[in-house]
Amino acid sequence: MSSDAAAPATGSVPRAKSTGLHKGDIRPGVPKVDPIVVADGVKRTFGGLTAVDVEHLEIPRGAITALIGPNGAGKTTLFNLLTGFDKPDSGTWTFEGRSLAGVPAFKVSQRGQVRTFQLTKSLGLLTVLENMKLGAKGQIGESFWAGLFPFLWRKQEEEAEAKALELLTRFKLDAKKDDFAASLSGGQRKLLEMARALMSDPTLVMLDEPMAGVNPALTQSLLEHILDLKEQGMTVLFVEHDMHMVRHIADWVVVMAEGKVVAEGPPDTVMKDPAVIDAYLGAHQDVDLGVVTGRYEGELPSGAGEELAAEIEHEHEADAPAQQKRKGRA
Amino acid sequence: MDWLTIFGNTASSLIGPATLGYALAAIGLAVHFGFAGLLNMGIAAYMAIGAYGYAISILTFGLPWWVGVIIAMIASVVFSLILGIPTLRLRGDYLAIVTIAAAEIVRLLFLSTTFDEYTGSADGLSGYHNSFRESNPLPEGTYGFGPWEYTHNAWWVRIIGILLVALAVLIVWAIMRSPWGRVLRGIREDEDAVRALGKNVFSYKMQALILGGIFGSLGGIVYALPSSVNPGVYVTSLTFFVWTALLLGGAATIFGPVLGAIIYWVVQTLLSNILPALVTAGVLPFMSTSQAQTLRFILVGVALMLLVIFRPQGILGNKKELTFVK
Repeated sequence: MSSDAAAPATGSVPRAKSTGLHKGDIRPGVPKVDPIVVADGVKRTFGGLTAVDVEHLEIPRGAITALIGPNGAGKTTLFNLLTGFDKPDSGTWTFEGRSLAGVPAFKVSQRGQVRTFQLTKSLGLLTVLENMKLGAKGQIGESFWAGLFPFLWRKQEEEAEAKALELLTRFKLDAKKDDFAASLSGGQRKLLEMARALMSDPTLVMLDEPMAGVNPALTQSLLEHILDLKEQGMTVLFVEHDMHMVRHIADWVVVMAEGKVVAEGPPDTVMKDPAVIDAYLGAHQDVDLGVVTGRYEGELPSGAGEELAAEIEHEHEADAPAQQKRKGRA
Repeated sequence: MDWLTIFGNTASSLIGPATLGYALAAIGLAVHFGFAGLLNMGIAAYMAIGAYGYAISILTFGLPWWVGVIIAMIASVVFSLILGIPTLRLRGDYLAIVTIAAAEIVRLLFLSTTFDEYTGSADGLSGYHNSFRESNPLPEGTYGFGPWEYTHNAWWVRIIGILLVALAVLIVWAIMRSPWGRVLRGIREDEDAVRALGKNVFSYKMQALILGGIFGSLGGIVYALPSSVNPGVYVTSLTFFVWTALLLGGAATIFGPVLGAIIYWVVQTLLSNILPALVTAGVLPFMSTSQAQTLRFILVGVALMLLVIFRPQGILGNKKELTFVK
């Protein structure tokens, strides 16, 4: 099968990053050469809390863009706003030049902007294959009257099934096709959700934490899948906390904090940005956690690290009597 | 005890109009709850709308019986739209509360003396049989054997009832194996996921509400076809009885609602015959015959509880579906 041939070829070959995506100096809200999504003044508040307040943001076409930021930075809310799952208080945003403001979620998806969810939404009591076939676009049999007459949709159904099986093979889920999705493991559900999103041949795939709760081996294959998407001409926007992954596959990184875009740029540049290190990465993301917390010997690069270590040490001491007490009781 | 009468009555209830009416209503509820995940607690309202729509069309407007059936179906569609537009955006349990309230509103409207001229208020409606009986192709007489011996008119009611049940089963079977049914089951599992795949969830839920509602109204018609329309029937407990029948057979199955309705009425008839007989025979010395009649409803309640706890997928349900309870 063609997918079989494609998978090993893309195996562990390092792939070139897309560069030259922006115009002018790199700064938050920098215009892109070929933006697929443009957001302007998108603001969403929950009561007194401003969850998202993005002045200007452009997502480059045909590239992999990572959206990072601390918990509560508004990444998922921005996702929801861009996909029509939530409505902003104000602002406009376009997808491929057409406004998406006020367009319901299902129409956003029909236009080719498909998303996955942070908490996977596999349809538990449908089989894996049914999950996949549900993702196909423009099905005749999905209208009530046509649904009553199988000869109207049987051919299309067979096509959808062939496509689904091909995708499932690519995602190594083909052996599970007749199982209920509820019987899959968490990581397999992530794979299923991504595969299902691809059934509609989207132009923009939005993945909300695709790697959360996935084991390292599976992460590796998911990475390859995401890189494959780009190779096939899709644009990818994903939220992720795993910086290794972001550095590895992202062509462009957008950093959010407190609802605002605080930095963006190619991964290597962004991760050296002091604002980003302060807001999100922390000073020692390259150093072993044991060293940072002072559990064992190691070198910390700067004074700031010692401060942090001292702080953690202090917390440890505060904890110690409590632990002692517990031991005493035991 | 007269066992022959007891078992005769029980066997007769297999194809009784009440059984067929319940079967249709339960099929409607299966579409709502079993396939679309809509927790409709107002199926009694659909049955009331069916029955009154049929009877009023004939009595007030002098229309033939089959036009009455069509009008009752249209009325149920209108009710679905009125009920669905504001409520289908609600989450499952809220929908249950709203539908139960809507069902009571419908019942009280039919009961109100304001529309006495059309609805007969507390007396209900009767004497709408002429048109239906005139259309009966069976020659006058009594047909059948054993406990299933009925007059030509009684047979005509049962034939129409069985045909409608068969038609409903056929439609539900055909549509639930189609991509349309797949979308609906997807919505039952997680509507946001289905929305993210580009399906208009609201529209599908509305279509499911309308389809199930039509079956519910047909159930109401068949239930009222042989006798009369009585506002005391369409109370909340009717909703729960139909739910019992549905859960008994299996909510997300094609034949489950029919099987459930049959078992429900066979057991009901058996108990209503056997319990008073037992009292008369002195086996249950601590209660009167009327108390014995009430006892069966207590038993129905207990059965419903046991069913939901120990076999939520029903008799025909897929056991696998139970393994992964959400």
